[in-house]
Amino acid sequence: MLHIKCPHCGMRSQNEFSYGGDATVKRPELGEEISDHDWDNFVYNRKSLRGKHWELWQHLSGCRQWIKVQRDTATHEIFKTLKANEDIS
Amino acid sequence: MTQSFRLETGGLINRDKKISFKFNGKNYFGYEGDTLASALIANGVHLIGRSFKYHRPRGFFGAGVDEPYAIVQLYRNGETEPNIKATEQELFEGLEAKSVNCWPSVNFDVGAINNFLKIFLPAGFYYKTFMWPKSFWYKIYEPFIRKAAGLGTASIKHDKERYEHKYEYCDLLITGSGPSGLASAYSAAKNGAKVILAEDKSRFGGTLLTSDVNIGNQSGKEWADSIVSELKEMSNVTIKNRSQVFGYYDHNMLVMSERISDHLPETKKYHPKQRLWYIRAKEVLISSGSIERPIVFGNNDTPGVMLSSAAKEYMKVYGVLVGKKPLVFTNNDSGYETAIEFKKNGVDPIILDTRKEPQSEIIEEAKNMNIDIKNSYVVVAAQGYKKVKSADIAKISDDKEELGSVENIKCDCICVSGFWTPTIHLASQSGNKTKFNAEIDAFVPGTSKQNEKTLGAANGIYTLEETLKDSFEKGNQLSKEITNNDNKVSFPNVVEKKSTVHDKFWCVPLPKGKNYKRFLDFQNDVAVSDIEIALKEGYRSIEHVKRYTTLGMATDQGKTSNLNGLQLVSKIENKVVPAVGHTTFRPPYSPVSIGAIVGREVGKHSKPTRKSPMHSWHEKNNAVFVDAGVWLRPRYYKRGDENLFEASKREAKNVRTNVGVCDVTTLGKIDIKGPDAAELLNRVYTNAWLKLPVSKARYGVMLREDGIVMDDGTTTRISENHYHMTTTTAQAANVLSHLEYYLQLVWPELNVNVVSTTEQWAGAAIAGPKSREVLKKLFPNSDVTNEGLPFMGYMEGDLFGVKAKIFRISFSGELAYEVNVESDYGYFMWEKIIEVGEEFGIQPYGTEALSTLRIEMGHVAGSELDGRTIPYDNSLEGLLSKKKDFIGKRSLSRKAFAAEDRQKIVGVVPLDKKTSIPEGSHLVKDSNAPLPNPKLGYISASCWSVEHDNPFSLAILKDGKNMIGEKLFVMSPLKNKVIPVEIVSSHYVDPKGERVRS
Ligand SMILES: [Zn+2]
Repeated sequence: MLHIKCPHCGMRSQNEFSYGGDATVKRPELGEEISDHDWDNFVYNRKSLRGKHWELWQHLSGCRQWIKVQRDTATHEIFKTLKANEDIS
Repeated sequence: MTQSFRLETGGLINRDKKISFKFNGKNYFGYEGDTLASALIANGVHLIGRSFKYHRPRGFFGAGVDEPYAIVQLYRNGETEPNIKATEQELFEGLEAKSVNCWPSVNFDVGAINNFLKIFLPAGFYYKTFMWPKSFWYKIYEPFIRKAAGLGTASIKHDKERYEHKYEYCDLLITGSGPSGLASAYSAAKNGAKVILAEDKSRFGGTLLTSDVNIGNQSGKEWADSIVSELKEMSNVTIKNRSQVFGYYDHNMLVMSERISDHLPETKKYHPKQRLWYIRAKEVLISSGSIERPIVFGNNDTPGVMLSSAAKEYMKVYGVLVGKKPLVFTNNDSGYETAIEFKKNGVDPIILDTRKEPQSEIIEEAKNMNIDIKNSYVVVAAQGYKKVKSADIAKISDDKEELGSVENIKCDCICVSGFWTPTIHLASQSGNKTKFNAEIDAFVPGTSKQNEKTLGAANGIYTLEETLKDSFEKGNQLSKEITNNDNKVSFPNVVEKKSTVHDKFWCVPLPKGKNYKRFLDFQNDVAVSDIEIALKEGYRSIEHVKRYTTLGMATDQGKTSNLNGLQLVSKIENKVVPAVGHTTFRPPYSPVSIGAIVGREVGKHSKPTRKSPMHSWHEKNNAVFVDAGVWLRPRYYKRGDENLFEASKREAKNVRTNVGVCDVTTLGKIDIKGPDAAELLNRVYTNAWLKLPVSKARYGVMLREDGIVMDDGTTTRISENHYHMTTTTAQAANVLSHLEYYLQLVWPELNVNVVSTTEQWAGAAIAGPKSREVLKKLFPNSDVTNEGLPFMGYMEGDLFGVKAKIFRISFSGELAYEVNVESDYGYFMWEKIIEVGEEFGIQPYGTEALSTLRIEMGHVAGSELDGRTIPYDNSLEGLLSKKKDFIGKRSLSRKAFAAEDRQKIVGVVPLDKKTSIPEGSHLVKDSNAPLPNPKLGYISASCWSVEHDNPFSLAILKDGKNMIGEKLFVMSPLKNKVIPVEIVSSHYVDPKGERVRS
């Protein structure tokens, strides 16, 4: 079970969180003209990376904040966690 | 039976307390502190089971967790449990156990015929045999295998025992209470660190209980006892026996199973049987010691052949002799310790040492005791069927290839020592890449991967002095970094006998003309010849060899067999052992009961049960409940001997003709506040929300980004910047997360807060042509006329002194209202509604009637909004705004979603107006078409229409908009039904929606 540092609450066990997928995907602006291809990429296509990966988790059974977590998908090592409004650098 | 193998004195058992037990129906006695194994051996019982494949007789091989043989079916307090190791099971009064793998009995076993047919049962026999003809599998092969093989029988009864889970944090978790565990725990505890020390066995001390050493002028056991009693007094130390750390998971999370009651005749009141600990440790010290490994020789599975360390443990801990004419077969000094212990207890052992001229303190001591030592000697084969009777022994050449002439000597047990294998399971599970240590011929942990260090024998350190030194230091150092204390512990004076190097010999060659089975894996009957066959057949990877031969795949997971298997593969392949590599160590280290893993999450405890504030009223009024997610909702209220169908029909009919009341507390409710609340709704819902006036409700549909309908519900504008959203019962939690996702990550610029208020409000839906009359009585001071409170209107009211929210919304298609009060007043509200509604014929209605009402109205719900349909499919396309963008809108222009013959909701009526249509049935054009019959759609929901008094269903049908009036067939192969039907509009009642506005 992973140990995730919620930027709001501190170190908590994985069972308090729910997974939210790739954190680098940006939703197109409302009303933006967008091709079928690009929309498809936004909705469906994700890279299944081996290695460092920025992903979203929600501290569901805690502060309910969505957070950004940089995790190695192969080793589960967590390098960094950010608040929802902090930019991935 | 007398305990003829019990020593007069000695051991750590309590000879004052006799314990009676039963094995295979016979009564025996043992003492408090015995294991089932030690008590049986004391009673001269050496035959305990049969092996898995050849059904060869099986005795005892070890004295603990590594035991491959002595697996029994245990009976305790009316329950039974399979796969119990007799070497681990502590004796208790009234214990009963039986052999497994024997049919019909342990002494006469039909399966033993396999032993004579073993030429047909080589490696991979499962894959090669029982393959064809296919029809034989179910009828002949499988039942036979199941009866003849297997390790005991799982109980099919509900387990009445209680199991618990516990979550714990600590600075240091130490796994094993041998010398390294005690020393490191002691120095860490002295620095004030929070320490958990776990010991698998009932007694603390590990090898200190059996080794002949002196620490600080105390025996090993005395020193261990004094450390343990000191640790027990310290408030920062948790010290647990009967507790095995069996798994090392990510981020330093380890799991330990504590056997609290397994050693007692029955579980004490309020105690669990076992407790599973989830431990998050800052640092982990692995002090799991080492396991002796066997030397491989002919018939080395005969009962009476066992590990030399186990023989010593039976003498020193249990006061039991494993034999009275022992042969000790060793390639290192450990065998001598066992021989010396035999001699001390008045038994004359013979030592066969594979080494030519070894010299050490221990060997010197054995010589001085006049023990018969034969150097450069090996056991060629054990003789005897159900028990060792003699051994064929021979001299072996210096290159270990040639055997001298074979002699036979009488003996009743053969104690084998092939040196020691570090127990590296936990280290390996942590992700540590192990490395091969050629000096000890075994793998040891490499560089730490997580925060773990391995100590003592588990790390390949086999002298006590070095082990203690290293462990005191590691315990001090790691705790110092956490607590900043540095209380040095003075190092005790250690006296131990020095030993000399071991001989890397591990397998005795076969004598000419003999074809003895030489076993590697004793539980799964994997012999040297099986590995040879697997390699001959082309298996190379050790992982494949393992699976093909089943080497190391039994319940002992190869604790005594894996390394010898590797030695063999490396020899045949002419590779060094590290090049062969070892198979993966996976948790659990040793079997864990399913009960412990499940814990308290059993039956009704597997998830919470939620009840509305009106629940007890429903109970008192004969409600029959149904699970709706985690909620319990009334399905119908039984009157007399009504059944479900009759009751729900009555309730639905009463809504259509008079008035009914339904508990709708379970609906999800979300409070939305902030200046941008309307903007959020406008983006989340498909329809327009910016111009909704205060005190008005609106129905809305929300989509996922892929265009699929996520949920529907009404949202009401309570005041300028305050909205009250309702969701379906099932989607309540997902919708809240969905809103939070967009507010926190996608549109953080929106100034809106959302919070779940589902539990804050109790809700009652009052529906039917007479519902306004009920409202008038409930709220005499409010104007609830059609003008005062029009359809989709909202107002606050005073319900006999309780503040209430009144919504004029309808799910049934009738004139209807929903009244919410704070949960604590829910019961009061409900009673008042029933009271004032009596004169109008009010009846409570359950989910079944609710369903009927919505189905015949063509109102979609969960069975249509099932994660596969878009708004058009549900005839909700009128709610799609053309003017604004919203979540999922872009996806709706996908080709398939806009197809001309896109599926759409329709109504379905059977032509005979009698036959009920099973939900989930398929719609086809021709019921006699060849299979696979093209499916045009499916029945999503069915009811008995109370308006038309005939069956009615909703269906999602291909090209639904052009199918009204068509005649099709409903097919349900599951119910074996074919029903001719007509397709009608999904709005079967009041298609113009006049009633809700009346
Ligand atoms: Zn948090």
